Amino acid sequence: MSLYSEKVMEHFRNPRNMGEIEDADGVGTVGNPVCGDLMTIYITVKDDRLEDIKFKTFGCAAAIATSSMITEMAKGMQLEEALRISRDDVAQGLEGLPPIKMHCSNLAAEALHKAIEDYRSRQ
Amino acid sequence: MIEVKRIYLDHAATTPADPQVVEAMQPYFSRRYGNPSSLHTLGAEAQEGLQKSREQVAQMLGTEPQCIVFTGSGTESDNLAIKGLAWHKKRGHVITSGIEHPAVLETCRHLEKNGFSVTYLPVDSQGLVNPEHVAQAIREDTILVSVMHANNEIGTIQPVKEIAAISHEHQVPVHTDAVQSVGKVPFTVDDLGVDLLSLSAHKIYGPKGVGALYVREGLKLQPLLHGGGHEKGLRSSTENVPGIVGLGTACELAGQRRDRDISHMRRLRDKLIAGALEIPRAYLNGHLQKRLPNNAHLRFTAIEGESLLLSLDEKGVAASTGSACSSKKLQASHVLLAMGLTEVEAHGSLRLTLGRGTTEEEIDYVLDILPPIVEKLRKMSPLWEA
Repeated sequence: MSLYSEKVMEHFRNPRNMGEIEDADGVGTVGNPVCGDLMTIYITVKDDRLEDIKFKTFGCAAAIATSSMITEMAKGMQLEEALRISRDDVAQGLEGLPPIKMHCSNLAAEALHKAIEDYRSRQ
Repeated sequence: MIEVKRIYLDHAATTPADPQVVEAMQPYFSRRYGNPSSLHTLGAEAQEGLQKSREQVAQMLGTEPQCIVFTGSGTESDNLAIKGLAWHKKRGHVITSGIEHPAVLETCRHLEKNGFSVTYLPVDSQGLVNPEHVAQAIREDTILVSVMHANNEIGTIQPVKEIAAISHEHQVPVHTDAVQSVGKVPFTVDDLGVDLLSLSAHKIYGPKGVGALYVREGLKLQPLLHGGGHEKGLRSSTENVPGIVGLGTACELAGQRRDRDISHMRRLRDKLIAGALEIPRAYLNGHLQKRLPNNAHLRFTAIEGESLLLSLDEKGVAASTGSACSSKKLQASHVLLAMGLTEVEAHGSLRLTLGRGTTEEEIDYVLDILPPIVEKLRKMSPLWEA
């Protein structure tokens, strides 16, 4: 059996919403390259909704797949709703993550929350 | 599902058993199934199989059959060499290097918990132990020096001969883990001057679950396994006859094919390294010349090894990485860190190890698919600034 679910591999192969947003309304970065994972989430907000969301990630397949997954989950959501997305939601959306990857690589929810906080602090 | 090519470039992890090895082993499962300790004809047949293998292993190492002890793995051989000698001496000091395989490192750490002291020698930026450091580390109570012949990750070949000469000036015996170098570096135990040498069958196109330890005549070890007194009391257990027969055949083939294997693998490996280094900000880890002929250990700035490994696997290429993200302990390779690489650099490492059967077409294929994979991962990476 392989380490990752087919869903993780599918997101890893074809990451959604990969890239930067030049004039983002909010940016959130979490992780540490020393640990092997670093992700940045860029958002634009319109009428309190996530109009656009993109990511850039350095890390393992789990880090890339969780980044991709959260952009897919959160796009178009109300900010309050997006802030309620948890690590577990992301992992569930990916049909599970190996236990060892749950903590080190499942950082996408934090990155999104940080991007929303960044947006709010600019208002 | 789309059928993908399978290109195996992880021969440092394990190798496929050679058909001749499998053929030699075959009769010993259900035809010549006797216990070599039995006095009847079936027992004698099995004993003959053991004896032949012992001769084949000894011949490849340039020594006598009575110096060969069969074990269950390279790891067991390392354990028997180090703990066997330490338990016999009861106390003392051991010198090893910081880049040994865990089979040696963890065994030394276990000795430390049991009252022995251990010096872990540093390596330079190319992964080489300096024999001068061995001379400086030797003490009155030093009982053993253990330095690997070739490193399993970066393929660096250590100056074991020089290390052994220095150690012997102080009457200290020397062990070397030659699991990676057998069949890829020409040597005999006397060339190296070692007293103990570990090898493993499955790294040389033999079966898994069998290894051997060379023990210089007269050197006393305490066994790890007590029982019926097999292997001159050094390794009680009914012998794994099919495995041992496979090991013997693999050693014979390794000896016969070594020179051809070396030139074949080196040519393709050099092509692989040259091609891979055309990728911007790609680097070679380890020593350029003093390295195994089949080892290419690369690193790419701003990408992580596990993603790289899985991307290659998707294209049918089996490789390995020193990235923490792919290890069970989530720690970067101790070998790469000991060479002075940063954690971030260690994350971006990729080990490709060629084999006897690797073809030019396979290397060309890897060189075709590698640059776009690196580019894709870099495009995704916040650490990459083109």
